[in-house]
Amino acid sequence: MSALLSVDAVTKVFGGVRAVDGCSLEVAEGSVTALVGPNGSGKTTLFNIITGYLGADGGRVTFAGRDVTGRDPGRLYRDGLSRTFQQARVFPQLSVLENLVVAAGYGWTRLFTPRVGRADRERADELLDEFRLTPVADLLAAELSYGQRKLLEFAAVLMSSPRLVLLDEPTAGVNPVMIETMERHIRSRNAAGITFLIVEHDMTFVMRLCDPVIVLDAGRRIFSGRPAEVQSNPLVLDAYLGG
Amino acid sequence: MSRAGVARGGGFFLVLLVLPFLGLDHWVVNLLVFVLMFAIMASAWNLVGGFAGYPSLGHAAFFGIGAYSMALMFHGATLTSGYEPFVMLPVIGLIGAVIGWPIAIIAMRTRADVFAIVTITFLFMIQTLAFNVRSLTGGSQGLGLPVAPFPTASYERPFYLVLVAMLAVAMLLTFGAMRSKIGLSLVAVRADEDKARGIGVRVSGVKVLAFSVSVGLTAMVGGVWAYYETFIYPQFAVDPLITIAVVLMTFLGGRATLWGPVLGAVILEAGQQTLAYRLGGSQFYLIAYALVFLVIMLLLPRGILPTIEERIRLRRRARVANAAPDTPGAARVADAGHVALAPGGRS
Repeated sequence: MSALLSVDAVTKVFGGVRAVDGCSLEVAEGSVTALVGPNGSGKTTLFNIITGYLGADGGRVTFAGRDVTGRDPGRLYRDGLSRTFQQARVFPQLSVLENLVVAAGYGWTRLFTPRVGRADRERADELLDEFRLTPVADLLAAELSYGQRKLLEFAAVLMSSPRLVLLDEPTAGVNPVMIETMERHIRSRNAAGITFLIVEHDMTFVMRLCDPVIVLDAGRRIFSGRPAEVQSNPLVLDAYLGG
Repeated sequence: MSRAGVARGGGFFLVLLVLPFLGLDHWVVNLLVFVLMFAIMASAWNLVGGFAGYPSLGHAAFFGIGAYSMALMFHGATLTSGYEPFVMLPVIGLIGAVIGWPIAIIAMRTRADVFAIVTITFLFMIQTLAFNVRSLTGGSQGLGLPVAPFPTASYERPFYLVLVAMLAVAMLLTFGAMRSKIGLSLVAVRADEDKARGIGVRVSGVKVLAFSVSVGLTAMVGGVWAYYETFIYPQFAVDPLITIAVVLMTFLGGRATLWGPVLGAVILEAGQQTLAYRLGGSQFYLIAYALVFLVIMLLLPRGILPTIEERIRLRRRARVANAAPDTPGAARVADAGHVALAPGGRS
């Protein structure tokens, strides 16, 4: 398998803090890669750099063989790199259906077409069905539970047929049943060819689902390998437990 | 467009078209002319301040740009039919939109309160220019336009009818935006612009487009106003109070709705003028005006139409939920409620 995404010596400095410090990693096409690490180890900052929300102070991000460092997040999205946010960012004033349609990554010319056209509806219906959101399709996103908003955000970024999806803590703050639901959706989408890079604190979730696992500490990669090897790695233990 | 919507719009414009032929007093038609001007400007402002969530305080600058464009085109000219200035309105709209484009690109890099300050700064810049570029604007001496050769008995009527047409355009543009992906994108921008950018919404494009169209319409109103007044001065042509009034009207009627700005303009402009007549030439009417506004804002903080809409929606839902469970609507809502309470519970 070749690398769909590679991060090469990326650095980000906030004042005197090196949030990401010469970090390099690769995400193989077709994998479900986990990115773990203690709080403040630079996971979300790295996510923001990869997805174009933050500029890097050094280094290079390559996606699908092209240098995409500092590219606009919207363009990256349309090129097949999607992400979700830690706090489930959906548009509360739009209906569930509209939340999907707005995420389809349409071009200029389609701005002047109907708000929710027939093709949009068909495309969204598949996802609504897959994510069991059909009964709430016409409710405002504001009326959904937190877990459902997380599902909706996930479903929405799939509207653009992405190649790589970055999930930022998909299980944080949702109930155990929803965690299983999330896991099942990730598995089925992965089987359909989408590559995942997941930031997650729930280690049992990571152990079940992800391979390989990348561990960050203080903005650097300290481990990359099979999930079974993570727990016995002295560097990882040191980062999590003390030192 | 729903049948009720067509009926409402058709009825409204039919009434508007009939009004000036009912032999109303001049002061009433004059009042209606100003109500229409503000209804158009509030509808236009709503595209930017309501849908996109960018509270521009600089719109009066474009009103002034429109007014001065019209004055400069017809200063010292002689009119035959009196309709020549109206023919030039699309050109004035274009001038406003073209000037608005780069302003939007620069100002819309900022958001919310900073955007409001940047745009009001632009307003004062234009006002200063109007006062000081005397060779062009005549400075505080003002600039005159030819008086329209319309019969005295129905002098206001052509202005009125042109404004009705412009209001129709403004409302159709709003309606078109709401029903297209432009409106969808604008709501996304208002709700969470960074997220919208990250899911490929054409963020910069739609907000600059909305701003340009909005200020273009505002400039056209300025053009009509200049011709109607026949003499313009910087302090009235570029007046922050116009901006404030337009913002208040939109907030009162309801932001990001089709009818809200129009309703707000009717209530506030008519109310203000009536209070001004009743309470004489003193500035006391401004206090009464503020009082009315305070009361409405306390009772209907989101604006009249959204508050009413929400109450109807909640009541309808409560009624459906209480109805017999075998009706399909009740089943659907109950189902939705169940899912919302137990996320993923049945999956």
